[in-house]
Amino acid sequence: MTSAALALPERTRLQAVSMSLFRYLPLVLLAIGWELTARFVFASSSALPSLSQVAAAWIELVKDGDLITHGASSLYRAGVGLLLAVLIGAALGIFMAWWRPVNIALAPLVEMFYPMPKSALIPVTVIWLGFGDGSKILLIFLGCMLPVTIGAFNGARGTDRALVWSARSMGAGRLRMLWDVVLPSAIPEMLNGIRTALALTFILLVTSELIVARQGFGYLIGYLGNNGSYDAMFAVVLTVAFLGFAADRIYQRLMQRILRWRE
Amino acid sequence: MSGQPQIVIDKVCHTYRPPRGKPVLALDDVSLSVGTREFLALLGPSGCGKSTLLYLIGGFLPIERGTISVESKPVTAPGPDRGIVFQHFALFPWKTVRANIAYGLERQGMPREQREARVQSLIEMVGLRGFEDSFPSQLSGGMKQRAAIARTLAFDPSILLMDEPFGALDAQTRHLMQSELLSIWQRTPKTVIFVTHDVQEAVYLADRVAVMSARPGRIKTIVDTKFDKNDKNIFKTKQFVDQVDAIWDLVRDEAIKAQGGRES
Repeated sequence: MTSAALALPERTRLQAVSMSLFRYLPLVLLAIGWELTARFVFASSSALPSLSQVAAAWIELVKDGDLITHGASSLYRAGVGLLLAVLIGAALGIFMAWWRPVNIALAPLVEMFYPMPKSALIPVTVIWLGFGDGSKILLIFLGCMLPVTIGAFNGARGTDRALVWSARSMGAGRLRMLWDVVLPSAIPEMLNGIRTALALTFILLVTSELIVARQGFGYLIGYLGNNGSYDAMFAVVLTVAFLGFAADRIYQRLMQRILRWRE
Repeated sequence: MSGQPQIVIDKVCHTYRPPRGKPVLALDDVSLSVGTREFLALLGPSGCGKSTLLYLIGGFLPIERGTISVESKPVTAPGPDRGIVFQHFALFPWKTVRANIAYGLERQGMPREQREARVQSLIEMVGLRGFEDSFPSQLSGGMKQRAAIARTLAFDPSILLMDEPFGALDAQTRHLMQSELLSIWQRTPKTVIFVTHDVQEAVYLADRVAVMSARPGRIKTIVDTKFDKNDKNIFKTKQFVDQVDAIWDLVRDEAIKAQGGRES
């Protein structure tokens, strides 16, 4: 585990640097391999631009603002969709765990909808909300909500009875107890659900933008590909990959911080 | 108060219904009264329903048959007049020691300054100074139970329900906690109902020991066990040892029944 390596108590700065170099060595090797393959194997074709060409194209994309405007639009959709999924998904999961009528009404829907590939909804969301932000936000919301709901549900169901009773005996009403005891008890599993949702967000975002959109990373990838600007297309693909990686790392840090009460 | 004891349990039955399998009669026709500031131990073999009786008094489980009243009012829900301490502490693991102890006071709406002062004095009382900002996971078992007791004492319930509170502690810590509980109880007298299966603990702590039968739980006998609790050598006195032996004889039969009676 990488986190175990990070947790070593005593290490010098030099060791830390060499450790992280070592950890990312496969990436460095991949980059070198890519550069060499592109230069010597695919030299005559444009199907695989070299990494240096991609880097140059990336700088161009940033300079003329394309990457920024399309990126901003994508991040806005992802952010709003995921936020809605977390808020509504968590509330749904907790109410399903603690209120039987809600469970009876919703459990079959959740079970049926959960395994469905959410990309199948892309045409539906477009029919409902058009080509713009709305359809992407709805798709991300629908696709990301259930992992959060299920995490929150399982976590809330595992709430220690003694904690509930303690809060009640100290004067917490039912709703207050839900907020003070059941929600925090559900958080560890819910955070795992949100991590799954985070990964799904990027998948659904780019897929839907590739298929029907006039803006966003996915649209940009498709547009550049159709125009034969493969170096720029790769630049966008790598940007999305990096953002997904960075989002997950930041999220893991955040999780550690939220769960610091668990030793 | 009028002549009525503080807690009156009248002909209470309770059936435990597991999600799968047959219903089990856990308590059968239990009647018991507990006076104000009395320390009563509920003693019995495991599975005899002594904890269930405690939860019924706490208002955590619905009372199906019979009645339980506290200060002449029937129990229908949990309330801050009845504080509870659990065997496994039941501290909020995401709250620090300080925040745990403050919780009941927050629910009562005590102003911040007053609350902080009260929390601090309780932390001093249970000897947790320096651990105010620790999370429960960072504390030893004994410290967790001190924090849990402080949390319950904080909102000053007139009745303290204790569910095998020292059962998860090692022998030395348990002994220490017993005498600390006694000294706290002598300083801030409360009615205590203390569930245990440890005969010596029951005799040492309680004014009266209610011995319960194996399932279905009934009150078998109630024994007066008033001793001079401040006597350091109490455990060696003949009076104490005889009392423990006598009660142990009563419990042993039930423990054997509880062991063998499972299949029938």
